[in-house]
Amino acid sequence: MGTSQSDIMGRTLLEKIWDSHVIADEGNTSLLYVDRHLIHEVTSPQAFEGLRLAGRSVRRPDLTVATMDHNVPTSRSLPMADQTSEAQMRALERNCTEFGIRLFGIGSPRQGIVHVIGPQLGITLPGTTIVCGDSHTSTHGAFGALALGIGTSDVEHVLASQTLWLERPKTLEVAVSGVRKNPLAVTAKDIMLMIIRKMGTGGGAGSVMEYRGQAITALSMEQRMTICNMSIEAGARAGLVAPDEKTFEYLEGREFTPTNFDSLVGEWRELYTDQDAKFDGTFELDIGNLAPQVSWGTSPEMTCDITQNVPDPAEFADEQKMRAAQRALEYMDLVPGTPMQEIKIDRVFIGSCTNARIEDLTEAAEIVRGQKVLPGVSAMVVPGSQMVKTEAEKMGLDSVFIDAGFEWRESGCSMCLGMNPDILLPGERCASTSNRNFEGRQGAGGRTHLASPVMAAAAAIHGHFVDARDLF
Amino acid sequence: MKSFTAISGGIIPLGRSNVDTDQIIPKQFLKLIQRTGFGEFLFHDWRHEPDGSMRPGFILDDPAYKDSKILVTGSNFGCGSSREHAVWALCDYGFEVIVASSFADIFFSNCIKNGLLPARVGKEDALTLMQKKEARVDLISQTITAESHTIPFEIDPQAKKILLEGLDDIARTLNLEEKITRFERDSKTPSIL
Repeated sequence: MGTSQSDIMGRTLLEKIWDSHVIADEGNTSLLYVDRHLIHEVTSPQAFEGLRLAGRSVRRPDLTVATMDHNVPTSRSLPMADQTSEAQMRALERNCTEFGIRLFGIGSPRQGIVHVIGPQLGITLPGTTIVCGDSHTSTHGAFGALALGIGTSDVEHVLASQTLWLERPKTLEVAVSGVRKNPLAVTAKDIMLMIIRKMGTGGGAGSVMEYRGQAITALSMEQRMTICNMSIEAGARAGLVAPDEKTFEYLEGREFTPTNFDSLVGEWRELYTDQDAKFDGTFELDIGNLAPQVSWGTSPEMTCDITQNVPDPAEFADEQKMRAAQRALEYMDLVPGTPMQEIKIDRVFIGSCTNARIEDLTEAAEIVRGQKVLPGVSAMVVPGSQMVKTEAEKMGLDSVFIDAGFEWRESGCSMCLGMNPDILLPGERCASTSNRNFEGRQGAGGRTHLASPVMAAAAAIHGHFVDARDLF
Repeated sequence: MKSFTAISGGIIPLGRSNVDTDQIIPKQFLKLIQRTGFGEFLFHDWRHEPDGSMRPGFILDDPAYKDSKILVTGSNFGCGSSREHAVWALCDYGFEVIVASSFADIFFSNCIKNGLLPARVGKEDALTLMQKKEARVDLISQTITAESHTIPFEIDPQAKKILLEGLDDIARTLNLEEKITRFERDSKTPSIL
């Protein structure tokens, strides 16, 4: 029997998926086959227009699925007040009809944030390549899929050819060890914010980060999605977790899970990094003493423990970082030395592809149950999909939130990026379960503090940040 | 796509790191369904107060820097959202080259698709260029010349080829259709049905 290179050297999970999708190589760049293409209304219109102008068709409509999420209003009164948003949604409807693509549009019970419905519907599968014109496509990596955010030109390229040119990424092992002392209060979000804080927002550049170790395998599928979701905030091309029994159990029986599920599981069991495989780099984190994390600045790496104070820019050794911190504190209107727990908030947003799944809402509801949102604070829950919303309502979570004074909305990206009417007013300060605290992200002049669902829920009740560990 | 070989033009220095695509083109301008017309909204929220009035002092609005073609900036430029609108806005505004010590991956890829050259230089070299008024950028020799300084820049060979030849990515790929069809026949990608 001949011995190929792959018999000699073990391969990482990324390399296994990569090798099974390469169609052609050109230098360090490969043409990869795309198994799943997810589409939404904001980054696709120009791609469809490009197809039309060139007289091209969609190669595999059966591997393509569309939904509306970015600018859908979360109170569904039609006609929409925002006519440009409505025009964009109508354009997606027309494009899907013209090119034969399945659309879960507004009004569909399957509508939701693209990265929430993909897994829920069983469209996301281990070992596949998944692309979407959205950076948080990295979410699907939680299933052991190579899932990449792409720009609109690449959306057009994938529509036309079902393939993508990609420079071979580096492999970065993120080894997470330790056991959280209080897993109700210290969540997957906190683990990921700590990873970003330590690695920096450019730390994963050019890499696919594979999250490994007992602290990762101990997480539920939804928690793994939260981790992989924010790989992009560490600058990575994608995030990965090797599939295991939890993955298979999650996928079994979902609407679009293939009928030959059992034989696929057999193949999926081979999707792991071989023991003798080599990563290009390793980052290690022990979460045994991890505290809840809250961001203080305008970049996700500008984050600290809830027990710490707003940092003093003068303490940053790097001059560029010092100036960035100064600028961030000015924008955030924060004084160095202020305890994080004394920061008062005006708004609370529980939602987004990072933290709007059923477990997130369940955990937040435990904090809220029987309590009241502090007068003067405006708080809202935006479920990640209509399926999440329905499930939450069956569990009575809607009443828990509404009784406490939260608004309970329809699904969409909502105030994570404020393309719909859900935005912060200038100067408003928000505890948000989303993924980006960039200047103006949630509304021009708005101030975002990233936190977990339990931390955001607790902030709504108290009107300022509190240490969730004191509540459980 | 038009090919890129060399250009000469004015420099706009933007001494910040981690400039994200939300800053380059804020979300309120992502609702257009064309590829054109984004230039006037470039860095909108840095150039305007929340009430829409002009915020004085932003470098893009300084008449001395009018018609510049080269943006020189800090590390991790273009991080965050994958929105290609950021590149469309930079191109539409008139930029032909972005110089930085590093670029976010998706942004870099989007630049190449639009003929915008993302030139990677050393941190010190970026700071040097920020002091200069004008430069000549030559993709063939991978150099930036400003006054007496000649600074080398890095770019992936494949990206360089695409820029130099102004290749249509999709046409290039569709030339490999036979291989794609063969892959589809041999692989077992389950349909979403």
